[in-house]
Amino acid sequence: MSSNENNQPAAPAAADQDERIQKVSFWKKALNRPELGALAGAVLVLAFFIAASSGTGMFTPAGIINFLEVAAQLGIIATAAALLMIGGEFDLSIGSMIGLAGILIAIPAVEYGWPLWAAILLAFACAGLVGWINGNLVNKTGLPSFIVTLGFLFILRGLAIGVSRLLTGRTQVGGVQEHIPGDWFAALFSGEVATGLFSWMAANGWMATNFAGNPVVSGIPVSIVWWLGLTAVATWVLLCTPYGNWIFASGGDANAARNSGVPVHRVKISLFMFTAFSATIFACIQVMDTGSADTIRGLLKELEAIIAVVIGGALLTGGYGSAIGAALGALIFGMVQMGIFYTGVNTDWFQVFMGVMLLVAVLFNNFMRKKAMEAK
Amino acid sequence: MSERTPMIEMRNVSKHFGSVIALSDISMQVYSGEVMCLLGDNGAGKSTLIKTLSGVHKPTHGQMFVDGQEIRFKSPAFALDAGIATVFQDLAMIPLMSITRNFFMGREPTVGWGPLKRVDWKYADRIAMEEMAKIGIDVRDPSQPVGTLSGGERQCVAIARAVYFGAKVLILDEPTSALGVKQASVVLRYIAKARADGLSVIFITHNVHHAFPVANAFTLLSRGGSLGTFRKEDVTREEVLNMMAGGAELENLDAELAEFQRSDQQKKSQVA
Ligand SMILES: Nc1ncnc2c1ncn2[C@@H]1O[C@H](COP(=O)(O)OP(=O)(O)O)[C@@H](O)[C@H]1O
Ligand SMILES: [Mg+2]
Repeated sequence: MSSNENNQPAAPAAADQDERIQKVSFWKKALNRPELGALAGAVLVLAFFIAASSGTGMFTPAGIINFLEVAAQLGIIATAAALLMIGGEFDLSIGSMIGLAGILIAIPAVEYGWPLWAAILLAFACAGLVGWINGNLVNKTGLPSFIVTLGFLFILRGLAIGVSRLLTGRTQVGGVQEHIPGDWFAALFSGEVATGLFSWMAANGWMATNFAGNPVVSGIPVSIVWWLGLTAVATWVLLCTPYGNWIFASGGDANAARNSGVPVHRVKISLFMFTAFSATIFACIQVMDTGSADTIRGLLKELEAIIAVVIGGALLTGGYGSAIGAALGALIFGMVQMGIFYTGVNTDWFQVFMGVMLLVAVLFNNFMRKKAMEAK
Repeated sequence: MSERTPMIEMRNVSKHFGSVIALSDISMQVYSGEVMCLLGDNGAGKSTLIKTLSGVHKPTHGQMFVDGQEIRFKSPAFALDAGIATVFQDLAMIPLMSITRNFFMGREPTVGWGPLKRVDWKYADRIAMEEMAKIGIDVRDPSQPVGTLSGGERQCVAIARAVYFGAKVLILDEPTSALGVKQASVVLRYIAKARADGLSVIFITHNVHHAFPVANAFTLLSRGGSLGTFRKEDVTREEVLNMMAGGAELENLDAELAEFQRSDQQKKSQVA
């Protein structure tokens, strides 16, 4: 076949081709990245609060850690929600899973004397089961995941409250703190990292200290490490692994993906399991941090995660999006939430702002997708 | 012929969709190094037949054999593993994904091992560009979304992909419908080459000028049933055209034949 091509006048064709390649500029490529809008949004929000919150302490080391921690907790579930949305599905049961996972950790540890690591493993096992059921129901019935997981939003919340009342007579379980020390698995979800670095920085005068001589920021909360780690892994998976390609394909057109040999069902089940696991990671961190579990924890978190993912450039219809975008969406979320607190604006406005952000992001994404499909 | 084991054999295959009988009692053999053309009107069941062969549908009744082995594909992935690659009528392409990602969807080339195992996108980009160049499409940018390609270019990606991955059997469901003369002739040459390489090809087209030159046999479907398989030696181009369209196109035949011969000769002189 190529012999035929070689007989054509080759030189002008090659020159023509080179010229056309150069036209696909760096900027055009950047404009086609899903997270571009979120990056611009994050920079704008950052600039706004740097200007608006001057003197309030939002951008001191302690303030930065504060809003990063808010962003990190949301970012952990947003990463999983992003992969799932790119895979073409939603999980509305994330928030309820957070509540249930907290109960599943606290009750065995506090009431029945389980070691924390065992209680945490129990929570992960149950989460895996919930995700597996969600995925199978969506696969087998062909129902929209919106409906299936809406069912689980109520089922899991009800289970958390019911089980907690049945076993303890309460809906809150405290006293987890005393079980944390010495538990190698719980350590993954509690405390701070790089504390030595921060003490060293304080000792060298590079960071302010409090009255006791300790650095104002004693370390990086473990939630931030989880957030960055999960974002990095999810980005690697999406961009560099066959499984990542299968996620895009499953969400882009499940039928075409299946016909091309992509195991669409397995991809979707694993993604639902991942969102349930991410909810459990969220719950672990929260339970270790507060020392207690509460059945109403995680309320509306599934919607916040979806907002972060959409602000991050993912299409609600699936097949397009990025984990970095979701992280930026979570960052915007954290900055706005804490920024409104620091600047003293009535917090009612936070919801208004997030709603507007969501709409702007959806309009922008739709516009950009149309642009991308026109770009020839 | 009959002593040889067919590469693909269907025995009394039926496919029902609820109360719709899309295929009933189809038996067909395709040998290696042969091209089987499926003929039939719209709705005759051609696409259903090849989707059954490529693992999209499970047959309601009947058996299928590849190389003498009975097969039951759980999904198209199993058919691909068995060396059966298909260009579906709807192409099975994902508009938002790049050419390369579509080309290698479900069959990504990897490097490294363990947790560092990753897709070799550089290699994949190069192969996708090379394979597209072979079919006569200059891909400027393999990371360009397939949605930005024209219908014909999209069809070429699907064909190039199937040709690249089809080890034993190549199935093409109306692959030339959106193609210009040049690309269509490249596709026909692909089919001829696959045949020469010993693959079995199942080819669906409504264009007699595409079917006749490459086919070894024709199977005529009508309302889900088979009206029989005809060896090429036993039929004329006119008869094939009749089978395809019930004679509706016959008026234009002479003019079309003349045009075809002219372009045939033109191609030959170009190749020479
Ligand atoms: N998934 C399906 N569900 C129900 N009916 C179907 C399905 N696929 C095909 N059919 C029916 O089977 C018949 C044959 O269709 P098809 O194989 O696409 O025909 P062709 O490719 O020959 O034009 C049609 O009547 C079509 O409506
Ligand atoms: Mg068809």
